[in-house]
Amino acid sequence: MGRVLMKGTEAIAEAAIQAGCKYFFGYPITPQNEIPEYMSAHLPEVGGVYVQAESEVASINMVLGGGATGYRVMTSSSSPGISLMSEGISYVAGCEIPAVIVNVMRAGPGLGGILPGQADYLQSTKGGGNGDYNLFVLARSTLQECVDLTQLAFDLAQKYRNPVMVAADGFMGQMMEAVEIKPSPSKDQPADPSWALGFMGERGGKRSHLHSLFLSPEPLEEHNRKLQKKYQAMKDAEQRCECYMMDDAEVLIAAYGTTARISRSAVNNLRAEGLKVGMIRPITLWPYPYEAFKKLPSTVKHILVSEMNAGQMVDDVKVATGCKYPVSFYGRMGGFAPSVGEIENECRRILGL
Amino acid sequence: MSEVKVYERPKSWMPNVSSHYCPGCGHGIAHRLVCEAIDELGIQNDTIGVAPVGCAAMIYDYMDTDYCEAPHGRAPAVATGLKTVRPDKIVYTYQGDGDLASIGMGEIIHAANRGQNITVIFINNAIYGMTGGQMAPTTLIGQRASTCPLGRDVKLNGYPIRVSELLAALPAPGYVTRVTVAQPKYIIKAKQAVKQAFQNQLDGKGFSLVEILSSCPTNWGMRPVEAFDWLVNTMMPYYPLGTFKDFD
Ligand SMILES: Cc1ncc(C[n+]2csc(CCOP(=O)(O)OP(=O)(O)O)c2C)c(N)n1
Ligand code: SF4
Ligand SMILES: [Mg+2]
Repeated sequence: MGRVLMKGTEAIAEAAIQAGCKYFFGYPITPQNEIPEYMSAHLPEVGGVYVQAESEVASINMVLGGGATGYRVMTSSSSPGISLMSEGISYVAGCEIPAVIVNVMRAGPGLGGILPGQADYLQSTKGGGNGDYNLFVLARSTLQECVDLTQLAFDLAQKYRNPVMVAADGFMGQMMEAVEIKPSPSKDQPADPSWALGFMGERGGKRSHLHSLFLSPEPLEEHNRKLQKKYQAMKDAEQRCECYMMDDAEVLIAAYGTTARISRSAVNNLRAEGLKVGMIRPITLWPYPYEAFKKLPSTVKHILVSEMNAGQMVDDVKVATGCKYPVSFYGRMGGFAPSVGEIENECRRILGL
Repeated sequence: MSEVKVYERPKSWMPNVSSHYCPGCGHGIAHRLVCEAIDELGIQNDTIGVAPVGCAAMIYDYMDTDYCEAPHGRAPAVATGLKTVRPDKIVYTYQGDGDLASIGMGEIIHAANRGQNITVIFINNAIYGMTGGQMAPTTLIGQRASTCPLGRDVKLNGYPIRVSELLAALPAPGYVTRVTVAQPKYIIKAKQAVKQAFQNQLDGKGFSLVEILSSCPTNWGMRPVEAFDWLVNTMMPYYPLGTFKDFD
């Protein structure tokens, strides 16, 4: 398959199939309905199965069971649906089950609206469910990146036996762009019989049981320590970030997803005017790219965070930079995205122009 | 005189492990019936159980088969996921009445309605055992529980749900039966039902559920013998034994 023009949600779905995902469990919610629709049409062609769950509560628990077999499974939803999945995501993490969850974010709170948003940043990166757990959260700013990160998500899930959330927003889901979707090299990676359910015979009669329940404090703390060690390994090895026009930047825009895409245009325009503006774009929202923030050039005087929410990433930027720089925020909510002009004006204002 | 072995622990019961259940609790008997069915059908290496949240949450400590945890009430969804990816395995849930008939009512109805080829062992003890005896959706009218100290009041709490009758009204589920572990004569029948429910899955027939009326002497505030008598005399009249649906 060469480059084809595709809608974001459909590109994600095809990328998942090309990553070897054969089982999808989902419940309808706008703006991600094309993912389950695509899966219901195309999974049978590759010998897979689409199951329409009765709710997001059920779909994440189907993912829990499907993922417990060690094979590649996935669900997708949008903000209110992800809220319903939070308990299940905590169990998936606690039981160390690989799974991919796509969140095509819309604006909240509550039912909010079906228009795009990034208002689930804190929910995705800081928890949502109960307990000390973490999941990978991947954010992309082009459709090709949607494709690549969706495929990476399956590799990370299996490598770390952990849930991975692919965070897109409604813009990313609904826009069309040319993408190239290749089968991922790990497409046919078999389940790992050392832990996956359904391989008791292969293990010579040794059973496996996946659980997060430990009634005594000693084993529960030990389980938590083991999880924390894994999360540390994830932080050490998997931070991803793009630094754009950063080398001599005085104002640095910190943005991800759609707002990063808009900010890139603002940076290009301001650079054409000779203004020293750059961008740092976290790709892994968790683990947060602390290492990249540690290496900011000495020219940086100010960091501007831009998001489609009320400023949920601001604290992470302050922590990542040890509060060394003034950090300000420009964002829109309710389904609006900051425009290129708005971000340019904000940068000019910061530069005293 | 040579020794004759008349009874031994099932092979699929974890060696050298005793259960934590209270004296007179029906869970232990129900576990044994499941183990015996697994042994007799020779499916120990191919069975994946899904644990509930309730007194039987640690069932995987006793059963020597693959096992997966489920959040409270979600076992039928977890089983759906397992069976979808591994249709070649025998997947079953083991759930209490709070788990299946209250918080998990949505999941059980839809798994049954899909005709999901899984086996459900449903332990109805008319109470929330694990959390200390609160009212369950199955608590009988007038039965006292810690959250209905004066007895279940229909005006406030509605009627106890008859799960088997409810599910049997759907077209898809194939085998829905109610049995009890109250007395040996009933246990023999319960054993046949449990085995049948696994055999159905092996035969690819579809959804099977065995409702087992069970005892919770601790939270009923009774001695074990009284509890089994109460089960027969008070629970069974409201929850009649019988097969409500069967594959032809
Ligand atoms: C989401 C959630 N809500 C509530 C609980 C608390 N809880 C644990 S067990 C239980 C009731 C179990 O009763 P039942 O299913 O009848 O099982 P039994 O102990 O009687 O066998 C409840 C409410 C929980 N663990 N998770
Ligand atoms: S509390 Fe009730 S259901 Fe739980 S183990 Fe004791 S008798 Fe059994
Ligand atoms: Mg109960």
